[in-house]
Amino acid sequence: MLRKLYVIAILGMGIAMMYACSKNQEDEVPANLNVAFKIPANFPVPAYNFDENKLTNPGFALGKKLFYEARLSADKSISCGSCHQQFAAFANLDHKVSHGVANCQGKRNAPPLFNLVWQKAFFWDGGVKNLETSPLNAIADTCEMRTDIATVIAFLKSTAPYPDLFKSAFGTEEINSQLILKSLAQFMGVMVSGNAKYDQVMRKENAAAFTSSELAGYNLFKARCVSCHAEPFFTDFSYRSNGLDLQSADEGRSHITGSATDFGKFRVPTLRNIEYTSPYMHDGRFYSLDEALEHYNTGVKPAANLDPLLKNGIPLSTLEKEQIKAFLKTLTDHEFIKNTLFSES
Amino acid sequence: MACLCPIILLSSCKKSNDDIAPDTKSGFTIEFENQVSGSPLTLNTVTYKNANGDDFKINVFKYYISNIKLSKADGSTYAIPESYFLIDASKSELTNISLKDVPTGDYTKIEYTIGVDYARNFAGAQTGALDPVNGMFWTWNSGYIFVKLEGTSPQSKATGNALTFHIGGLVDPNNTIRTFATDINAANPLRIRTDKKPNMHFIVNAAALFTGKTNISFGTLNFTMGGANSVLVADNYANGMFRLDHIHN
Repeated sequence: MLRKLYVIAILGMGIAMMYACSKNQEDEVPANLNVAFKIPANFPVPAYNFDENKLTNPGFALGKKLFYEARLSADKSISCGSCHQQFAAFANLDHKVSHGVANCQGKRNAPPLFNLVWQKAFFWDGGVKNLETSPLNAIADTCEMRTDIATVIAFLKSTAPYPDLFKSAFGTEEINSQLILKSLAQFMGVMVSGNAKYDQVMRKENAAAFTSSELAGYNLFKARCVSCHAEPFFTDFSYRSNGLDLQSADEGRSHITGSATDFGKFRVPTLRNIEYTSPYMHDGRFYSLDEALEHYNTGVKPAANLDPLLKNGIPLSTLEKEQIKAFLKTLTDHEFIKNTLFSES
Repeated sequence: MACLCPIILLSSCKKSNDDIAPDTKSGFTIEFENQVSGSPLTLNTVTYKNANGDDFKINVFKYYISNIKLSKADGSTYAIPESYFLIDASKSELTNISLKDVPTGDYTKIEYTIGVDYARNFAGAQTGALDPVNGMFWTWNSGYIFVKLEGTSPQSKATGNALTFHIGGLVDPNNTIRTFATDINAANPLRIRTDKKPNMHFIVNAAALFTGKTNISFGTLNFTMGGANSVLVADNYANGMFRLDHIHN
C-alpha cells in the first residue's frame, strides 16, 4: 500500500532542454537523473509534500547550489553546508556547536538533515514549524550566517548565474524569498535516509538479516529506548529532558513556549546515521556512543523536568551497551551519505 | 433540477428587495490614518506622552490587518479571500489598502484580524505582505510579528532608551491574535456599487498599545517579543487601536 504512495517527479523532455542550456554552468544534477522524492515502504505519509512546491530538476539544483553558497553569509565564509556536512549525515562532525561567521560559536549542536519532510518542527527547540522557513533562522542568526533575506536577495539578483538558475527553476527572472526558500526545500526535502541495513531487514530486502549481536541490541532497544526513539524515525519528535544537568545551562524548549515545564527540554534526536553524527546531545558534549550510553546507564541527573521514563536511568551492562551499539550501527545509510546527488559539486 | 428551484426563488426574492444587481462585484479602499492620542503620527521627531505620563518617540510602527470580513444588515457575511495587508507608517503607499472583487451591496459591519491567522503563520514561504523580507517574521520561533512599535523613551532603562514592542505569538496562554470588529452606521453603510468604490477611513491610535486594560510604564516594560507582556499589549490594542471615523460613499 505504501509503495503506491511513491511520489515520483517525472520530468519529461524539459530535462534534456535544461541541460542543453546550462551546459556551461556547474551541473548540480547529473543529466541522466530525474530528481525524485521517494517514500521508503516502511515510512508513513510525510508532513510536507511537494503539492505547492513542484519538485523539478532545476528547482532542486538551485536549492543545492544555494545550500552550498558561502557568499550568502555576512563574511562570505559560511554556507548551510559548512555546518551540515554530507559525510556526517549533514550534521557537523567534531563540532560541539555550530561555528558561524567570524568563527562565532553558536549555542547548539548542528542537527543532521534528512527525512525532514516527516518533521513538523525544526531545531532542537522546535521553534520553526515549516521546512520552507527553517533556513531563515540560520541566515539571520548572528552566530551563524548573520545576514538577512533582503541582502541575500540582492546578492543573488546581481550574481551570475543565479538569475538564469531562477528562470530555469521557476520560469521567472524574479528572485524573492519565497523562491529561494522553496528551492532550498526541494533540495532538503529530497534528502531521505531510509536505506540502512535496519530498513532492509524491516522490508525483508536483499535477504538482509541482523547478526546475533545486532538482533540482541534491537531487542534491548525496543525494550528500553524506543519509547522516545520511536521507529521508523528513531524519534517521537517530542521534547524531553534526559537529565544531562541538574540545572540546564540552555533553556531549550521553554525559549519557544515560555512555559517553565519546558525548561531544559530538547527534541528527541533521531538515531539514524548516528555512527557519523558525533558529537551528541544539544550541546555536543559526548564525542562517542559509549559516552552517550554511559550517560543513560549512570549519568542521568534528577533535573527539575527530567522525563519520568528516565527516573532510574537505563541500566545497561557492558555487553548490553555493545549490543545496542551494534544495533545503532545498522541505522547507518551508506547510500545516503555517499549519494552524489546531495554532494557539493 | 429539483434542488435548483429554491435558489431561483431566493434570488428572485432578493431582486425585489434590493435594486442592486445580483452577482456583481466591485471594490473599496481603506485608509489607515496613524495617530497618537489624537495627534498625527510623525516618526522619529515628535515626542508623545503615554497614558502613564511617560514621554516617547516612535521610529517604527507597522502592523498586519488580515481576514477582512464584511456583514450586511441581514446577517449575511462576505470574507475577502487572501486579505493580508501590512500597514507601515513609514510608507504612505502602505497606509491605503484596496479591496477588489467584493460583491456589491450595503455592508453594516467590518471585522478583521489584527495580525495573521494561525494557519498562515506556519504555511511555509509566503510572498507579498507576508514576505519575511518585510521584517515582520520571527525566524527563530516561527510566526509573524503582528504589531511592531519601536521608539525611545527617557523612562526606558534599555540601551539607548529604546522601546521595543514586537507583539506576536500564537500559542496559549500567550496567544496575541486579536480580532477587531466595528458596526457601520446603518444610515451610511459601506455602499459597494459597480460604479462606486467607497473609502473607509480608520483612525489608528499607536498609543493604544500602552493603555486600555493595563497602563504600560516604560520604566518597567520597554521590551517584549512575544510572551506574557505581549499579551498585555495585545489586550490593550484589541479594542483601542482602531476607530472607524467615516466613510466616503
